[in-house]
Amino acid sequence: MVDLSKLYSMNRLYYVLLAIGGLAVLGGAYAVLMMEHHGHIISGMNNQIVWGMPHVFAIFLIVAASGVLNVASIGSVFGKAVYKARAPLASLLSIAMLAGGLAVLMLDLGRPDRIIVAATNYNLTSVFAWNVVLYSGMFSLVVVYLWTMMERRMNPFNKAAGLAVFIWRFVLTTGTGLIFAFLTARQAYGSALLPPMFIVLSFAWGLAVFHVVQKVIYAWNEKALDPAILQRTKNLLGVFIVGSLYMVATYHFTNMYFAQQKGFELFILRDGGIYPNLFWWGYVVFGNVLPLLLIYFPGLGKTKCVMIASMLVVLGAFALLYVFIIGGQAYPLNIFPGYEVSSTFADGQIASYTPSIYEFLLGFGGLAIAFLITTVSVRVLNFMPQDKPYISD
Amino acid sequence: MSDIDTQRRQFLKTSAGAAAIAIAPGMMLYQTVRADTAAASSKVRWGMLIDTAQCKEGCNDCVTACNKENGLSGKTGATDSQWIRKIEIKDISNGHTVSLPMMCQHCEHPPCVDVCPTQASFKRADGIVLVDRHLCIGCRYCMMACPYKARSFVHETLTDQNPDVPRGKGTVESCSLCVHRIDKGQIPACAEACQNKAILFGDLNDANSEIYKKVRSAATVQIRADLQLNPGVRYQGL
Amino acid sequence: MRLLGSLLLCLCIPAALAAEANAPKLDVGKGGECVKDTQWMRKNHMHMLKHQRNETVRKGVRVEAEAFKACVECHASTSDNSVTAREDSFCVGCHRYAAVKIDCFECHASKRKEALAKKETK
Repeated sequence: MVDLSKLYSMNRLYYVLLAIGGLAVLGGAYAVLMMEHHGHIISGMNNQIVWGMPHVFAIFLIVAASGVLNVASIGSVFGKAVYKARAPLASLLSIAMLAGGLAVLMLDLGRPDRIIVAATNYNLTSVFAWNVVLYSGMFSLVVVYLWTMMERRMNPFNKAAGLAVFIWRFVLTTGTGLIFAFLTARQAYGSALLPPMFIVLSFAWGLAVFHVVQKVIYAWNEKALDPAILQRTKNLLGVFIVGSLYMVATYHFTNMYFAQQKGFELFILRDGGIYPNLFWWGYVVFGNVLPLLLIYFPGLGKTKCVMIASMLVVLGAFALLYVFIIGGQAYPLNIFPGYEVSSTFADGQIASYTPSIYEFLLGFGGLAIAFLITTVSVRVLNFMPQDKPYISD
Repeated sequence: MSDIDTQRRQFLKTSAGAAAIAIAPGMMLYQTVRADTAAASSKVRWGMLIDTAQCKEGCNDCVTACNKENGLSGKTGATDSQWIRKIEIKDISNGHTVSLPMMCQHCEHPPCVDVCPTQASFKRADGIVLVDRHLCIGCRYCMMACPYKARSFVHETLTDQNPDVPRGKGTVESCSLCVHRIDKGQIPACAEACQNKAILFGDLNDANSEIYKKVRSAATVQIRADLQLNPGVRYQGL
Repeated sequence: MRLLGSLLLCLCIPAALAAEANAPKLDVGKGGECVKDTQWMRKNHMHMLKHQRNETVRKGVRVEAEAFKACVECHASTSDNSVTAREDSFCVGCHRYAAVKIDCFECHASKRKEALAKKETK
């Protein structure tokens, strides 16, 4: 006898989740309407901090979207069975997060109604324009990749599609890093280290998101994840965290080395108020050290620990992006090296920024889009990882 | 060929001829009008030379004139547009102070044009860097890329703009070198307003122009020359 | 076939008449014919404006008679100097009727220059 009441309550929970996600999307839509009607005056952004909270959300989603594909690549390109079983879920997450991130990015534009212009008037020298191609290409490639996995007749093409996705996602994260790397005039950006840094960060962030979603799906289906599998992926997460910490440290060290950038580094790492706090506490301690402890400390590293570690990594990601994007703009642009400057346009001053509720609504709207796509897809299609009895490869 | 065909051809020929005669005067008239309003020429490179020795601290005439000419509010809040601003700079090593106007430097290799995804930022043939607001989607990447912080984003709905200077919410804008005045043969409003003649406007390519001679005789600098953008605005006395 | 065609045509006549009757009565301002005749302008003004905007903004070609502000200058209402202020204003009246959204006036002035100048001095 099947326990129907249980089924009903699960069903009800599913619709409650959909409603919550839908509400968050509506909140985002409301923010977009308000921002389009009143202009960006109702956001916290201004002429000094031109990219704000929406960009933190959008870049997190896009970077994590490319990073989560790593799980798929390890399966398809490097042939690891444990990861291969997770490739469909990883691909789905990638599509979902890309959609959410792009939605935020596009709806934050000053003229979102003109988005079609970005397709009709294409500037070959613009990294943004390259990214338009990279993002849409990624979208279609991942869809094809999913198709090769879920449709038996397409299976022979799976390896090729997996390889294409693997290459494309590297190019894509490079493109995301280049958005900043090409801004040579700004102390915070304009570094060749940024694309590789974003790639390594994407590994950690993508895997962290994957861990959380995987856990939820297993719980939903009342299945337990084989501890041996968790053991492997959690160690990988640990390696990625160490790697990303290394990249971020290198980025700051190289900046310290250039005399011109020293003021900026002191600002971000010591004197800048919220920025050093977010960096050291948010990113380093909560986003890296604690997760590493949770993963590697003897006696820890169980499912719950890995879950908390993964969530902390995501939190740290937001902290780092806030410091990187907003802190990077808050520090004054050095137009006259060697001079003290002042003007009515905040020259020589630390720019202030207070994100408004609309920016958060928009950002969470993006997260909600990713959430809804994932929830609905997981329910209607089979994305549950199908593990064979565990064999170490 | 049938008879009808021949007839039709004949008819077409005659009517085409008649039409040409009828249109010709109009065409000619059209062309003479056009000649007065020729396209910007790549032989010209508009630029400015700012003599900081003549620029007085506390004087804001260029800014006021710009605001009036281009219909800016003149407010200086964090979300208000400023196309030109006065910067006071003080040498950290010896305390020497200089006051100077800062605006779009109209680079030969403008980073804003490089990064613009839609070609809304562009450089006109005569060296003026502009935003085509019909194409601007308001992504603000150009503001991130500009080394001079020359650009502003319109954060609010605007009304009663100057008919010569269309500008509106959701797009990026900056000093246009008063392109609407230049096309009429006038000089930019800031250059005209400066009482001390600290702003010299002219064609950097014209051997007979004052600016051409002056940049070759006096010591002038380009700001952030290390970036090799070759700005059209030069400074003297820095 | 021909019958069907003529039937359709017959059906169109009342529709056309009705359209004519409902057509907005516009305040054409000073009006006149400086670029092309009215029918041509009705049909093609948007193409002309778009062409003109690219020529002017990107190349610096300024043809006085075809300039956007010249259109406003002539077609703004003689009573309130605007092409958008009222239901029957020149631009708004017809665009509302045709249900075509325009965003020209988010950036471009919708009033005569003299009216704006007057407002400034007040």
